[in-house]
Amino acid sequence: MSHRDLGKVVFGLAVFIVLAGFPIWYAVAGKLQRTRPELEYPPGETACVEAKEYMATSHMELLNEWRDAVVRQGQRTYTSRSNGHHDMSLQNTCLDCHRNKTAFCDRCHSFVGVRPGCWGCHVEPKEVLGDEAM
Amino acid sequence: MKRCRRDFLKLTGFSLLGLGVGSPAAGSGESRGEPATGIRWAMVVDTRKCRRTAGCTACIEACHAAHNVPEIAESRHEVKWIWKEKYPAAFCNQVHPYTAESIRNLRVPVLCNHCDRPPCVRVCPTQATFRTQDGIVGMDSHRCIGCRYCLAACPYGSRSFNWLDPRPHIPAIREDYPTRTKGVVEKCNFCQERLAKGKPPACVEASRAAGCGAISFGDLNDPESDVSSLLRTTNSIRRKPNLGTAPSVFYIV
Amino acid sequence: MLEKALKGNSRYWSWVAILVLVIAAGFFAYWRQLNHGLAITGLSRDVPWGFYIAQFTFMVGVAASAVMVVLPYYLHNFKPFARMVILGECLAIAAVIMCMLFIFVDMGQPARVLNVLRYPSPNSLMFWDMMSLAGYLVLNVVISLVVFGSERKDVPPPRWIRPIIILSIPWAVSIHTVTAFLYSGLEARSFWLTAILVPRFLASAFASGPSLLIILALLLRRFTRFDPGSEAIQKLTLIVTYALTVNIFFVAVELFTGLYSDIPEHVHHFQYLFVGLEGKAALAPWMWLSVSLSVVSLILLYLPGVRRNHRVLPVVCGAVIVAVWIEKGLGLVVAGFIPNPMGHVVQYFPTVSESMITIGVYGIGFLILTGLYKIVTTIRDQIDVL
Repeated sequence: MSHRDLGKVVFGLAVFIVLAGFPIWYAVAGKLQRTRPELEYPPGETACVEAKEYMATSHMELLNEWRDAVVRQGQRTYTSRSNGHHDMSLQNTCLDCHRNKTAFCDRCHSFVGVRPGCWGCHVEPKEVLGDEAM
Repeated sequence: MKRCRRDFLKLTGFSLLGLGVGSPAAGSGESRGEPATGIRWAMVVDTRKCRRTAGCTACIEACHAAHNVPEIAESRHEVKWIWKEKYPAAFCNQVHPYTAESIRNLRVPVLCNHCDRPPCVRVCPTQATFRTQDGIVGMDSHRCIGCRYCLAACPYGSRSFNWLDPRPHIPAIREDYPTRTKGVVEKCNFCQERLAKGKPPACVEASRAAGCGAISFGDLNDPESDVSSLLRTTNSIRRKPNLGTAPSVFYIV
Repeated sequence: MLEKALKGNSRYWSWVAILVLVIAAGFFAYWRQLNHGLAITGLSRDVPWGFYIAQFTFMVGVAASAVMVVLPYYLHNFKPFARMVILGECLAIAAVIMCMLFIFVDMGQPARVLNVLRYPSPNSLMFWDMMSLAGYLVLNVVISLVVFGSERKDVPPPRWIRPIIILSIPWAVSIHTVTAFLYSGLEARSFWLTAILVPRFLASAFASGPSLLIILALLLRRFTRFDPGSEAIQKLTLIVTYALTVNIFFVAVELFTGLYSDIPEHVHHFQYLFVGLEGKAALAPWMWLSVSLSVVSLILLYLPGVRRNHRVLPVVCGAVIVAVWIEKGLGLVVAGFIPNPMGHVVQYFPTVSESMITIGVYGIGFLILTGLYKIVTTIRDQIDVL
């Protein structure tokens, strides 16, 4: 590598670092929402099928387990660690309480930028059927 | 060297003999009429009762409403879990030029036969369709890759594929059951979700409500069930019996 | 080696530009298919497999046909194929990639295609098809790279490549056998439920694949300095002739069993194909075209004068390709579904979008083939000059 090329390489690297680091500059400049979104919980309910912290981190795994148990094994009853027995159903258990998808599910999903494929099939409760985030 | 070869040949010969003895035993099972433990779901359609109510579609409406099955106008994109076919179409090889007109024009409900030896399960590359212990051929729409091999393999044309997004074509979406999405296969599931709650399949309930009671459902392993008594007392046939699929849907003609 | 594909004259780049345009059109049509679903094709509840799977079936045959040059050269030391083998292997690579792409564009949920690996199902022929095609691709890439790389460095190839080359011979037969099994194991489809489907597939593959190879070899001779040799081309024409003979014989044998036994389930499919059923005969003109092209090509190929005439030969080879493409693609795949399990006749016609996607995939395949052949011919040229 000659001296002439060194300048080009350094310039190129600098441009790359600036472009690739864009998420960091943008966040540091305060333009990104940094606080966790406010979730609206269903009125009158005090507990979910599992503890809130567990649900926040692992509800996807739980739903996958439920899916395989119900569809493939025919097992429909879930024994919660904290909260008794529940019918394993996104549609009829989860969405029965969390009826407002936009104010609950979509808030975190939009914040972290995930688009779960569930809503193509699983029906959101009618009250908010108009505001599909998908 | 000679001795080794002789021993090898002896060993091979005995092994093959052993295989030959073993294989008939390996093939036995429920499909040969041997009793099995546990539930074995089956359906009996009494077409004599269907004959009295020509034009009735109660079973179809109930099933399609309960399961958010779309109504698609273009017939090549149709999705249907249960529908009516004319007798000669449902039982291709079992009519002849002198078959009675009343039989020829009879429309019978056809659906997934939930075969004992289902070719669709055999060909599925992801086991998205599978056979449960109680005799139902299930469908996992989460796993289906939409290759449609099962549509090719089904000898009864019971399966439908979602060529487009079904949602806009569902007359009244029920919130207690999911829909499917474009690109996956669907078919009758013997109302597994209702059986889990001790209810009969939607078509059975509808046929009772419509007054004909043409469709019965029950456990073949229970000698007192509706289906067992019907099959014991009346002659019944199945669709395409020569193919060896052993359907669980029986027809009384 | 790969950089050789990036240097070419204006004719080369014009050809590449055409291919890129075709591919872009295919992409656009595929984007529509992803958004709307497979409803934009001509497929239906009664004919769930059509144009895409037909192309897949045809191209697996072309991919397998590389064995017709590999076997004589590597197993029997048939020296005249020395420069033809690499062309066959490159064609196999491009053909297998096209096969995989045709399957991919046919999937209803392509994002989930890896489920086949996550949940292996040895009971399913489609699982084995994926495995055998992937293996064949790897084999051919490794063999081409190693053997051609050695040739370029003017050293003999390493000894360990020989068992791999020998492995590719039964593997080639197996990819097409597995594809035939996909069809011939289905009790639902009486048209396909015949053991002779496997030999038929192989025979038609060995007629159409080498025909394509002959055309490509003649094109390379015309547009580059690469010459695989007249004797190699002559031997290929012999292979095509015998394979086509066997293929026509197999079709005739099938027709006999179906028509003489007069079993409606067997007769109906042939009836639909050649004269129509219930007044519907969309495929009949195509089938008669295929039969005519096959028979006329066969007669011509039996004439040594035709086989040696490098103006007439590519036309005859083209006719063989079209004849087999119709017979294997539309004539086999679509006819298996007509009449449907209830005895109704529901016809199938590919749509414009479906055709655009198909041509787009062919574009990708031919682009890869163009690049590979560019590399091979350029390097061969450099070696020869030295």
